[in-house]
Amino acid sequence: MNEPAIQRPDLGITPVGTHPAPHGALLGSVHSWDVVTAADGPGTRFVTFFAGCHLRCLYCHNPDTWEGRNGQHVTVDDLVAKMLTFKAFISASGGGVTVSGGEPLLQSHFVEAYLRRCKQQGMHTALDTSGFLGAHATEQLLDDTDLVLLDVKSSDPATYRKVTGVALHPTIVFGDRLAERGNRMRIRFVLVPGLTDDPANIAGVADLAARWGSVERGGVVDQVDILGYHRLGVAKYEELGLRYPLADTEPPTAEQLAAAAAYFTDRELRVTTS
Amino acid sequence: MSASVLGATATSRDPWRGFAGDAWRAGVAVRDFIQANYQPYTGDAAFLAGPTDRTRGIWAKLSAMFPAERERGIYDVDAVTPSTITSHRPGYIDEAAELIVGLQTDAPLRRAIIANGGWRMVEGGLKAYGYAPDPAVAEIFTKYRKTHNAGVFDAYTPDILAARKSHLITGLPDAYGRGRIIGDYRRVALYGVDALIAAKQADKDACAVAPMSEDTIRRREELSEQIRALDELKQMAASYGYDISAPATTGREAIQWLYFAYLAAVKEQNGAAMSLGRTSTFVDIYLQRDLAEGRLTEEQAQELVDDFVIKLRIVRFLRTPEYDELFSGDPTWVTESIGGIGADGRPLVTRTSFRYLQTLYNLGPAPEPNLTVFWSPRLPQGFKDFCARVSIDTSAIQYESDELMRPRFGDDTAIACCVSAMAVGKQMQFFGARVNLAKTLLYAINGGRDENSGAQVGPALPPLTGDVLDYETVVRRFDTMMEWLAATYVNALNIIHYMHDRYAYERIEMALHDTDVLRTLACGIAGLSVAADSLSAIKHATVRPVRDERGLVVDYTIEGGFPAYGNNDDRVDAIAVALVESFMAKIRKHPAYRDAVHTQSVLTITSNVVYGKHTGNTPDGRRAGQPFAPGANPMNGRDSHGMVAAALSVAKLPYEHALDGISLTTTVTPNGLGNGRDEQVRNLVGVLDGYTATGGFHMNVNVLDRATLEDAMAHPENYPQLTIRVSGYAVNFVRLTREQQADVISRTFHGAL
Repeated sequence: MNEPAIQRPDLGITPVGTHPAPHGALLGSVHSWDVVTAADGPGTRFVTFFAGCHLRCLYCHNPDTWEGRNGQHVTVDDLVAKMLTFKAFISASGGGVTVSGGEPLLQSHFVEAYLRRCKQQGMHTALDTSGFLGAHATEQLLDDTDLVLLDVKSSDPATYRKVTGVALHPTIVFGDRLAERGNRMRIRFVLVPGLTDDPANIAGVADLAARWGSVERGGVVDQVDILGYHRLGVAKYEELGLRYPLADTEPPTAEQLAAAAAYFTDRELRVTTS
Repeated sequence: MSASVLGATATSRDPWRGFAGDAWRAGVAVRDFIQANYQPYTGDAAFLAGPTDRTRGIWAKLSAMFPAERERGIYDVDAVTPSTITSHRPGYIDEAAELIVGLQTDAPLRRAIIANGGWRMVEGGLKAYGYAPDPAVAEIFTKYRKTHNAGVFDAYTPDILAARKSHLITGLPDAYGRGRIIGDYRRVALYGVDALIAAKQADKDACAVAPMSEDTIRRREELSEQIRALDELKQMAASYGYDISAPATTGREAIQWLYFAYLAAVKEQNGAAMSLGRTSTFVDIYLQRDLAEGRLTEEQAQELVDDFVIKLRIVRFLRTPEYDELFSGDPTWVTESIGGIGADGRPLVTRTSFRYLQTLYNLGPAPEPNLTVFWSPRLPQGFKDFCARVSIDTSAIQYESDELMRPRFGDDTAIACCVSAMAVGKQMQFFGARVNLAKTLLYAINGGRDENSGAQVGPALPPLTGDVLDYETVVRRFDTMMEWLAATYVNALNIIHYMHDRYAYERIEMALHDTDVLRTLACGIAGLSVAADSLSAIKHATVRPVRDERGLVVDYTIEGGFPAYGNNDDRVDAIAVALVESFMAKIRKHPAYRDAVHTQSVLTITSNVVYGKHTGNTPDGRRAGQPFAPGANPMNGRDSHGMVAAALSVAKLPYEHALDGISLTTTVTPNGLGNGRDEQVRNLVGVLDGYTATGGFHMNVNVLDRATLEDAMAHPENYPQLTIRVSGYAVNFVRLTREQQADVISRTFHGAL
């Protein structure tokens, strides 16, 4: 068997390399796209998963998007054309587009151009990011972003580094900037028993969300999604020949999720658990 | 209520009191009556009433009988009385408590024998369940009274027999009732039987002096049969103590009259699908009048609807296990069409539209009646939300695009069976099952020889040479093979429907149609996604045939990737579209019996499993025997970009070339629709709006977890009412064969990840 470790998804977009891109065209490295409902933002959305991420979150369920070289190069025009094949559906159903990954801000020039075009088409736009590269997001990019899905993986710098391999601080700076600019955001927090479920850690995340403020109280946070750790990514690790770091970790119970949610509702934030 | 009391009320009140409009008074025009009198309801579901103790009691009594029926296959059968409208004494579930009465035989769940379609189906059905056919009845239907089935086989050609035997054409209604004819049962309630008889008599008188051509002779004979059937309908109602010669005067009577008419149809026809029509908004006019007159409370109105629906849930036919292998779960397709928008822009949604859906809560989920919502983004929000909520809770509703049907069939259209639209009382179809396009492609490759048996079934083509399948060559040969198949197929259907009219004419259903109706010849295709993906593989990848010692191509090696149908990718979706258009064009070349208009469907019901079983390896990599995708669905697992991308591929199939319907079945986990019921409702409404707005025709929506189905396979006794939608209808999951259960579970569950 000399099959590549990764079966590249068929994008239905001719990748650059098999056809010449216009001279000087911006190229994005795209892992895949999906049209999903009720994940990655409100309604039904065209979600582009960009390839490449600095973080190595222990519970990541998309390790196949870590490496930029696992993506296929596409032009903004081609990605927009693909997105537009869903526009009629999305316009009628309610929803929009989401840039996710990977870390979309690793390709901030491409993402900025893409979001600009989506806004010109009247689409609702969402940016799904860890915030670690928030400094890469230009004012224009943030102007063209209707909702930031900000993953706050921990409020404790040491835990954050343990989970992700990088520093927490840039995410907080980015959150503050978004709050300052009035960018609507939705906080996401993954509850991992034994890793992120320390009460002080959860309370710290809730404090951050409260600092940015619920929409109802004049802030920018429309909702906090607490995502229970799940093991659905295990198979991908096996395919990639990677060790699964949380082999002994079990998903949280409904009670654990409810207990975590209480920290947020106590601070008058809208919260969902799943 | 005793007959005398009812008789008194019937004579003491003007049945049409308070009704508006004139167009419907002079002649039979139910649609005009509805338009002149219905009140759209744009509110939410808060007004609905729960089940009464009476309703619970009747349903409990039946529910106690279902386990035995499930275990034995049938509960009971009257093996000696060929069923007609008047053949059986009245039957009751609980005579004192029933509000709407009438059973197919003299006891609930006791099946009847209906032999005009074919004696073999009756004999096989009886033997399969351990009953001996009555020798006298057998003699009648084998010696003295020819059946539809016997007639068909007298006329079938060798080509048809070969195509049938090799499973290239399957499920033909040549051994049983064709079904898919919807009597306008509302006419009996609105006009009473006597007025309908008079109208038919006038039609008969009008052709008394014409030259007696074959057409006129047939017309006169059919009208006589229709009038006879209407007389028998009155007799049958009278045996239950009701005089239905005059119009219904109350809501309860309207439902009862309407149900008697439907009951007459299912007493006499074991049709593949015995659909009800579009009754909720018609009934609503009567129920709202009763409410306004203070005759009914909401609870009582709901109780009437609940009792009616209980009756519809226990329609039963005696069928053979082979039939059930094709159409599993004992379906009857008592399809009721709900909602939609009128030609004048007013929604056809009424409180009774809600009440019909409410039965899924009051009685629990069930596959029948096959509740079908005519969806439009313009439906009132309260109704949309309620439909979505019921779907999420019960998985028992299917949706069809009102926006596609209304311009073509009008706003009094109903679905027969799964996806077949027809103007009620004005249009009927000749049901034609379907052909196996995937197998036809294999015939193209093998020069008309069957890949399993090696028999020469289709026209002989020179053997394919070369190591790699060439797209243009395969497409050309496929075209030749489809030409032959279309001709053979239309021939078969013409024979079938000629014989059905002759030996198993639907007297009562046609009595409840206009005398001059539009007929369609409803052809169909199966295996569309397999054929499209196979052609895509041949075009975009390198496909090498693997031959066996007979020189037959029996397998394929595929190098390289290829776009798969179900990802909103035109590179392959265009192939599927072209196949639909091309086969339809070929069908149209062949004149249809009784000048029927040719149509086709992309629908398999559950026969996708059987079709797959009889089809060898295909060039898309599908293994021999593996089930096809149901209906127009993408193949399992190949729709890799989510439910919406899959749905948009299906939405590209042109409805104008598949006017008998295009079926899509989707299964989504509750979490796949959102977090919490409100978000799930909002998102499902959005998906349905989006699908309709982009030209999608039909969507079955299952909201289920795989784990639930696996548990139901292991512990069926815990899931007596678990309902799941398959292509175009719903079934009790626990009544599927294990093979079909496994197929359902293997299908793509769209969840959020």
